[in-house]
Amino acid sequence: MDFDFSADQYGLRDEARRFLEKQCPVSHVREFLDDKAGWSRDLWKQMADLGWMALPFPEQYGGLGQSFLDLVLLLGELGRSLAPVPFLSSVAMAGQVILAHGSEEQRARLLPGIASGDRIAALAVSEQPQGFGGTSIDMHPTQDGDTWHLNGEKKYVLDAPAADLFVVAACVGDQNRWFVVEEGARVTPQTTYDPTRGAGSVSFDDAVADPLEAPFLFPGLQLATAAVCAEMIGAAEKILDMTVEYSKQREQFGRPIGSFQAIKHKCAEMATELEAARAAAYYACWAVASGAEDAALSSHIAKSYCSDQLAHLAGEGVQGHGGIAFTWEHDMHLYLKRIKTAQVFLGDGPYHRERIARIVGL
Amino acid sequence: MDLAFSPEETAFRHEISAWIRDNLPAGWGTPEFKEPKTFEERLEFSRAWEKRLAEAGWAGISWPKDYGGRGTTLMDQIIFHEEMAAARAPQIFINFVGINLAGPTIMAHGSEQQKKRYLPKILDMSEVWCQGFSEPNAGSDLANVQTKAVLDGDNFIVNGQKIWTSFAHVADWCLLLCRTDSSVAKHKGLSYLLVDMHSAGIEPRPLKQITGEAEFDEVFFTDVRVPRAQLLGEMNMGWTYANTTLANERGPAFLAHQIRFRNSLNDLFDSAKRTMRDGVPVAEHPAFRDRLARAYAEVEIMRYIGYRLVTSILRNGRPGVEGSIAKLYWSEMVRRFQETSIAIAGLGGMLDDEDGFDGGKWNRGFSMSFAQTIAAGSSEIQKNIISERVLGMPRGEVWAPKPKEKV
Repeated sequence: MDFDFSADQYGLRDEARRFLEKQCPVSHVREFLDDKAGWSRDLWKQMADLGWMALPFPEQYGGLGQSFLDLVLLLGELGRSLAPVPFLSSVAMAGQVILAHGSEEQRARLLPGIASGDRIAALAVSEQPQGFGGTSIDMHPTQDGDTWHLNGEKKYVLDAPAADLFVVAACVGDQNRWFVVEEGARVTPQTTYDPTRGAGSVSFDDAVADPLEAPFLFPGLQLATAAVCAEMIGAAEKILDMTVEYSKQREQFGRPIGSFQAIKHKCAEMATELEAARAAAYYACWAVASGAEDAALSSHIAKSYCSDQLAHLAGEGVQGHGGIAFTWEHDMHLYLKRIKTAQVFLGDGPYHRERIARIVGL
Repeated sequence: MDLAFSPEETAFRHEISAWIRDNLPAGWGTPEFKEPKTFEERLEFSRAWEKRLAEAGWAGISWPKDYGGRGTTLMDQIIFHEEMAAARAPQIFINFVGINLAGPTIMAHGSEQQKKRYLPKILDMSEVWCQGFSEPNAGSDLANVQTKAVLDGDNFIVNGQKIWTSFAHVADWCLLLCRTDSSVAKHKGLSYLLVDMHSAGIEPRPLKQITGEAEFDEVFFTDVRVPRAQLLGEMNMGWTYANTTLANERGPAFLAHQIRFRNSLNDLFDSAKRTMRDGVPVAEHPAFRDRLARAYAEVEIMRYIGYRLVTSILRNGRPGVEGSIAKLYWSEMVRRFQETSIAIAGLGGMLDDEDGFDGGKWNRGFSMSFAQTIAAGSSEIQKNIISERVLGMPRGEVWAPKPKEKV
């Protein structure tokens, strides 16, 4: 029994934190707030030099041969630093879907570019505000001989403005599966609530689409869901750190507000939500990475808990700061928006709890 | 990160599950089984069951070999508790304090003579222990213990009152936290005494609790003479020792509790599927369905938290700061779970016992759930501990009444 990360994995986390504190302070993140299509190409280049994008891919596809589990703490650091790069989308979501579902030829063709950082992939699933998967996927590819074509529009596609490769969930008969679109996708960058991150709609007009070999959206969607949770943990940790730190500095009534139980107990509740969310997210990452029997169930448990409880934590973080967190200048709103966006991305709490109910036979 | 069990651990799991299957009380778990109802019946039942466990050597599974225990690894202890829970075996009742609280505290701080005298009789169940900690004015503020032990020649003379003492009227011995020095700061003047419950001047009075049962006693001590040799460890070190005892209140059993909750949850799911509202099972009504799925997620997360606790003990030799966080998470989870269960019972929850929904078990569970957020350090105390010791937030000012103004 060993439910914790290895010394090497913690080593990578520490290295990532040092690197990001230096290369990606919030002042750097803020350079991209007003640019709908903007993201940090400089940071991306440096991350590629460190080999981060290559980390979870096998060596024959230009990777470093590490596993999905080696990504978990790194994703947390990217969440903690609000790094304005499409790492989650390209490496931890779309890249993992290709690795899990692609044929040998498809992996060999698509993964080396993702692993080097030269190509950026994004995951396109949703089409409507309450559409997270299942029967809400209404994009039906057409077949012409051996060639498939996609028509229609995917919305809420994270990192779409940065991407040149799309992994798209579409419905064939009564079965959802993944298609890869390398050319012909038209991206419209959109204004995002979380201004540190890009998103947009992606429309296809008879775009050539290559179906990934393994059918169904699972396990790829579970990997992507677990990855989102892992990133949320890092942002939530930072919110708690900031709130505790502020409560020690800020004085009212002649004493630090952190000495009042109203604030202390709020922070203790946040710490408890965070620890439970960590346990759930890390367990899901382990379960989906190792193909455990309860992989699907654990990904729904993790996302339902992280969605609701970390969004609650983020709100409490703002409340704990009082008026200062209501300003644009303070960083708390960036974290609040990061978590609120992640809360609904790939399914909100009620969506995943309904999945739990079905799996456990309710 | 690897959550798999080793082949040896799996073999041990088979061994213990076979033993449980062969040794459960006759008829246990079948609808015909007559559950013990009164405290006396439960006592008699648990004495027989725990005696059987003791004879097979399972009672001391967590105790070192030097003290007659099995000296098993933490993982084997966890597996043992998990299998007991999975088989829905009766929980340790009468010998709980002896095995989990008194025994480990004596091992840690007692003299060789005390260890020889007391430990074997805990293991073979010939002596029952109770724990004298809480008092009417020492609950969350445990260090405020007022029961006094004054040295008079070779004896301490003990006066005071304890409350929430489980098994006091059937116990042979009491692990008593009492004040031996009133002139110093409150947590510096406490000592531990091993008190013979058959001594003159001890009067336990059963305390009828929220469920109508009497699991606890109030205990009154009036001029009770306790030989000086019954002092555990050093004088005025009681607060430090008490923390050993409290650390043992939670442990490998955490994961077993989780399994018992999952059993309970499965029962609740069954009830929700056969209880109709507007012609449809409540399990299919979105509002209930969401609450039931949430309960499932929260109970599963308790298992993951348990794995993190165990890993921390295996890697560092002791549970980390996660202990208080786990306690808070679990206690609050139980309260929500029981709220959900009694909501499923609906109007059935208006009635109790044999007239009640599922024999009144959700009513009992609901009432009992308040014990989780009050006992063994209330949720508010856990939040103080987490905020001060985990998050490093400042302690609040000590409240003091304003001096009265002179007229």
